[in-house]
Amino acid sequence: MNIQRKAVALISGGLDSMLAAKTVMDQGIHVEGINFFTGFCVEGHTHAIREKDRAKPKRNNSLWVAEQLGIKLHIVDVIEEYKNVLINPKHGYGAHLNPCLDCKIFMVNKARQWIAENGFDFIITGEVIGQRPMSQRKDTMPVVARESGADDLLLRPLCAKNLAPTLPEREGWVDREKLHDFSGRSRKPQMEMAARYGFREYSQPAGGCCFLTDKNYSAKLTDLWQAHGHKDYELDDVMLLKVGRHIRPAPHFKLIVAREEGEGRFLQGYRKEFVSMAATSHNGPLVLIDGTPSAEDLYLAAGITARYGQGRKAEQVDVKITDKDGAERTIQVKPFAKELPQEWYL
Amino acid sequence: MTREILNARRLLCPLPVIRTQNKIKEMRPGARLEVICTDPGVMQDIPAWCRIHGHTVLETRSGDHEYVIVIEVGGAV
Repeated sequence: MNIQRKAVALISGGLDSMLAAKTVMDQGIHVEGINFFTGFCVEGHTHAIREKDRAKPKRNNSLWVAEQLGIKLHIVDVIEEYKNVLINPKHGYGAHLNPCLDCKIFMVNKARQWIAENGFDFIITGEVIGQRPMSQRKDTMPVVARESGADDLLLRPLCAKNLAPTLPEREGWVDREKLHDFSGRSRKPQMEMAARYGFREYSQPAGGCCFLTDKNYSAKLTDLWQAHGHKDYELDDVMLLKVGRHIRPAPHFKLIVAREEGEGRFLQGYRKEFVSMAATSHNGPLVLIDGTPSAEDLYLAAGITARYGQGRKAEQVDVKITDKDGAERTIQVKPFAKELPQEWYL
Repeated sequence: MTREILNARRLLCPLPVIRTQNKIKEMRPGARLEVICTDPGVMQDIPAWCRIHGHTVLETRSGDHEYVIVIEVGGAV
């Protein structure tokens, strides 16, 4: 009697993982998708927050891919566990704060645990040899298989013919001849394959779908760690790094200045966790103050707050300061007149 | 008919979907879940999640920067 073999595919929302899953589905394997949420995924967040992006189509690409493939998708919150990957990457960071190799090992390990708990047989990824500088090199791909504990339960259908046969191939669950031999950074074979399958619309993230590959975001996270005096974070910390202008006039405090109405509304949700301020005599942005500002610092911050509002050229602006406990007071300040020093901007 | 409410306000994609997914795992087929969110992306994502997992979206509505989706739990979770 034939046993229906089952595989879980790591679905990022990009083209490669979509094609990898499809390749194995075409061999009669039951495939379900899994997607891990680390807190650093690019999709959706800024679009959801910013008013100017409200008209842009919003969709979670991993869900969209699963629907195109007709498979279930399990989205797993790994925010807490992922902290150790980001804070202590055994294999180090990439160009910015991206711990790509440790991240891939972590995710394949989580998938390995998932298949054990859910009665699945093996794991599929969309990895291609030579496509990424850290996690998808000829010498690092075996590291992922070994250190994740998945070993030969990890099948990479897009480049399987360039690798040693895995258990699903040796056992005849999948036909190795129908797998692929892609390598390198060219996406041409994937695009041709997508055209053959009729996938005309798909996400093509440049540099991946992770904020940690972004230079500016990584700089803000580094600043956060320096200010806290240790490499740790909460989800709210990393979400706030995606919102507003971040201005640090001194090591012990910074301002988060809403750039538009949508960001202001988002920052409103944090008013009980930060001292906040906004001009009352003129229209202007909501500003959160992170850190331990002195009374003098708050005057400086109020001057900056006034500078970003419609009273920037006024002689005097009323700025309301709200403490975390809701206590309010209003001070009068002259808007910060000069250009802010460039080094204050994070 | 049981009807539960999930407060997913202030959460951004994909957390409203994750919370919905986890809540529905605890519910029985036929039960109803009302999810209240502030991320407009849920209007696309939660129905997509429901379609691939066999649940039915009974109602969606929005107003005052809130988005509400009412789901009937399907047979297979």
